[in-house]
Amino acid sequence: MTRPTPHQNTFPARNIGAWLLLAWAGLLILPWYKVEGGFFSFGWLADFAAHGPAVLRGLHDAPWLLPLALPLLAATWLWARRRTAGLAVAGGIALVWMAVEGLAIIHSGWGFGWLAALAGTKGPVQPGMGWGAVIYALSMLMLVAADFAGRGWCKGDRFVIGSLLIVIATLVIFVAYPLLSILSSAVRDNSGNFAPALFTQKLFDANIWSLDCLIGGNRCGVAWNTLFVAVLVGVLATALGLALALIALRTQIRAKWLLRGLSILPIITPPFVIGLALILLFGRAGMVTEFLSHHFGIPRSRWIYGVAGITMAQVLAFTPIAFLVLVGVLQGVSPSMEEASQTLRASRWRTFRTVTWPLIRPGLASAFLISFIESMADFANPLVIGGNYNVLSTDIFFAVVGAAHDQGRAAVLAIVLLVFTLAAFLIQRQWIGKRSYVTVGGKGDGGTPAPLPGGLRIGAYGIAVPWLVLTVVVYAIILIGGFVNQIGRDNTPTLQYFLTAFSVEKGVGGWFLSGSAWPSLTMTMTLALVSMPFTAAIGLLTAYLLDRQRFAGRALFEFLAMMSFAIPGTVVGISYILAFNVPPIQMTGTGLIIIISFVFRNMPVAIRAGLANLGQIDKSLDEASLTLGARSFATLRRVMLPLMKPAIVTAMIYSFVRAMTAVSAVIFLATGRFNLATVYIVGRADVGEYGIAIVYAAVMIVLMMIVLVGIQFFVGERSLGRRREGVDAMPIAA
Amino acid sequence: MNHTTGAMIGAIPAVRFEAVTKRYGQVVAVDHVGFDIAPGTLVTLLGPSGCGKTTTLRLIAGLEQASDGRILIDGTDVTALSAAERDVSMVFQSYALFPHMDVMENVSYGLRAMGLKKADAAARAAEKLALVGLSGYEKRQPSELSGGQQQRVAVARAIVLEPKVLLFDEPLSNLDAKLRRRVRDEIRGLQQDLSLTVVYVTHDQEEALAVSDRIIVMRSARVAQDGTPRELYNAPASRFVADFMGDANLLEATVGEHHSETAKVSVGPLSLDLPHRGIAPGPAALAVRPHSVRLTAGSAGRGGIEGQVTKAAYLGDHMEYMVATVSPKTEIFATAADVNRPHAVGADVAVHLDPESIVLVGND
Repeated sequence: MTRPTPHQNTFPARNIGAWLLLAWAGLLILPWYKVEGGFFSFGWLADFAAHGPAVLRGLHDAPWLLPLALPLLAATWLWARRRTAGLAVAGGIALVWMAVEGLAIIHSGWGFGWLAALAGTKGPVQPGMGWGAVIYALSMLMLVAADFAGRGWCKGDRFVIGSLLIVIATLVIFVAYPLLSILSSAVRDNSGNFAPALFTQKLFDANIWSLDCLIGGNRCGVAWNTLFVAVLVGVLATALGLALALIALRTQIRAKWLLRGLSILPIITPPFVIGLALILLFGRAGMVTEFLSHHFGIPRSRWIYGVAGITMAQVLAFTPIAFLVLVGVLQGVSPSMEEASQTLRASRWRTFRTVTWPLIRPGLASAFLISFIESMADFANPLVIGGNYNVLSTDIFFAVVGAAHDQGRAAVLAIVLLVFTLAAFLIQRQWIGKRSYVTVGGKGDGGTPAPLPGGLRIGAYGIAVPWLVLTVVVYAIILIGGFVNQIGRDNTPTLQYFLTAFSVEKGVGGWFLSGSAWPSLTMTMTLALVSMPFTAAIGLLTAYLLDRQRFAGRALFEFLAMMSFAIPGTVVGISYILAFNVPPIQMTGTGLIIIISFVFRNMPVAIRAGLANLGQIDKSLDEASLTLGARSFATLRRVMLPLMKPAIVTAMIYSFVRAMTAVSAVIFLATGRFNLATVYIVGRADVGEYGIAIVYAAVMIVLMMIVLVGIQFFVGERSLGRRREGVDAMPIAA
Repeated sequence: MNHTTGAMIGAIPAVRFEAVTKRYGQVVAVDHVGFDIAPGTLVTLLGPSGCGKTTTLRLIAGLEQASDGRILIDGTDVTALSAAERDVSMVFQSYALFPHMDVMENVSYGLRAMGLKKADAAARAAEKLALVGLSGYEKRQPSELSGGQQQRVAVARAIVLEPKVLLFDEPLSNLDAKLRRRVRDEIRGLQQDLSLTVVYVTHDQEEALAVSDRIIVMRSARVAQDGTPRELYNAPASRFVADFMGDANLLEATVGEHHSETAKVSVGPLSLDLPHRGIAPGPAALAVRPHSVRLTAGSAGRGGIEGQVTKAAYLGDHMEYMVATVSPKTEIFATAADVNRPHAVGADVAVHLDPESIVLVGND
């Protein structure tokens, strides 16, 4: 009873045959182009010739599709000869040709200006790719994988190579290609002609880089504005985060509740909520403003709208994130080191200054840079409370949706913003990552951490307590503000806003959701729920590849996968608009593009959850499974997946919640039909309907709380409550 | 003696390495290693940590792919095959029992992966569980078993596939000292009863001597010596092997002219007739086992080396001494069975070497 004798260079005839069959189906049967009205309406079957497969279209009006049959014929011939060597060439040629013809011929003619100039005509046209193209491309990719496997890459494992290629392909299409589209549209004028001079002019525009305000002028460039706020927020959030972390870990109160509350807040709070609450407190008609003007005669002003408001809102929003980073760092400082210092007769203060502080310094830099990136990427707070103070993320938005409608300018601004955040991200990873002394996640070696020196303790309380009070007030405002007539002025309780938004009425056909918020809420939940399993699947698969497989270019792959953390949502939004508005991949206005943006925005969260979980699973478990004759896919399914349940749950929940509360990317992609909760709330706030906006925000917060707490209840403490995971899975870049 | 080499003639080796090299970037973990392993024998890969023994084992399993060379299992070239495709099972150092499966599910895992029906797989698994003495434990979770029991489950899980080669990666390292000897004997017994071909990795020379038909000593990614336990102990090929196979005193010596099988070897004041073992005249070393050093009180007469006791330790059933000598200038480690009349620290002693149990080794 031995295993089936392994043949040398076993030819996977069935596997390759199946992919070949699919590729032929993609070429001969399925509609090659995007079908109006959707593939699943099957209307294309009725009009097979017009919506026909590539071969029919090729013979009819799109001859450039015909060459796609050649590599497939070659691959089929190789299959008949039972050879894998050469499949990569065939598949590669097919994919490259698809990219070339797809980009060269678009809906309006030639896709490249020089082609039009060369041909002297407008050129042929073609719509965006459809299911036939997708299936054909996927099959070709898998044939490439089969060839690589035959050459012994990744231990000749087809599943691993196939997954790797799919993940890389999706990253290229949905992360890299949109970013390149930004670059390409930055160097063109609005009619699509190559205009490098215009690009330089836009890039060095005074609106972006002017330093007028330093020499007495009235305003600085938007890049400086953004940088200024980001540095300010970074410093303040880090200081507050440190104070809170010291209180939580190094004082007698050892506030577990503080840890808990603060780690959950950034997850459940839609990003603009804090700005909204600040307006209700300090705006011209805000509660505090009313109180001060009524009792002390202090005149009302609009000071909150601008740099003060943005800074306050962002510090309130991002301090919990800095706090979580610093808690992790502080926990990594082994108490035995502080005890060693004390047994060497150092005072508490000296111990803190000479041992603890140097050890946490890299962590402080890390917290600063993360808050810096968050602030740069934040779109919703500047939109709500920014007034006339422009920052890059809002300027990008207004360049596209405003009267100007200058895609080139939006692209240039996006490049500037991206350079800032990516630089910070690179510094955080490369430089600080290597200077970190503390090892987090290992076993603690006992001992009690040294209590804080007296002065420091008072300082920490002095900073943290007012901030905590403000946080509580802000959340109280959100939760009750929507249930009074006009908070601050007229505090009579009312349900009018709640009913407008969430009423359920009995009509002719039974109960129906008549409130104005229902369509956007149900749509958001649907899209978030659909994106959830895909985010988890692709994120965990990536984590598995990163943690368990060795291959050339692994570091680059990891960098690409994690990079989307540092791409601001606004940049993603504009890049998707620029990339997917026109063929070859035309998706704007669909729900699909929103789902895809959710998946790739939230993928890093799933990757981190997966990596944290995989780190706890002994590698010899998968090796044992392999030596027992289970291949990598069977091993993944039967050994790894059952052990990765906590990561699966974490990834799904976080991706759901983040999708629900996302605003910056999807505000570009939402449409009348695919309206989203956050976009709806921002819209209400924008026109001054604060009651509905606040009530809706409160409902969202409560809903997210219920999801998180409910899951924690069902799945148990272990999977979600682990602190490290909270830190790892924190949302970065709003 | 030497039956392994004899058995190899004509028979197909269960495992054959042909100049196998494994590189990780610039680091060479296994460097042109070649050996044959006869079917039905237990062969140990022995060496200090980092010598490449575990990498060699993983190369047999298919958990690492060779950078160069060929690996044959039962005559078939498996160099390019993955672990799942090789007819080899492994018992891991950590046992690697699947924590989310009970004992029965663990043991029948490989059979199920092969596509056997659940009932058939369970029947075969139960048979092997009985073999390792764990009948009745089928429904236990791995966490509910003791270390020794977990290991037996790991063994049952590996042998249930009746692999051509069974691999053990330091199987005793997670067991306490008492259990080690018993489990060691069990593994050896099972191997002999079922005539399994076993490759066993350890860094413990005593364990290796006790269980092996043959030992391959590795050092710095290469094979240092390959032979039976007796050959390795009595006729080490190098200083390294002599020292690694039980502490040996290595005394600087000079080899004189060869006379057929023997040569005059001078060490300090002594001149001995020893088998030269092909070692050329010139500087060499004498490997002297601590238990074959005899100490007598008083100054040395003929046939002894003068020395002074620098350390003496009482270990219950024997004494351990460290003796400083002037010619040759060295320290000699000696054990003595006489615990009742020990030599005191500082005492002058004469060191006597038994020509029967000293071996000449070349300089590496």
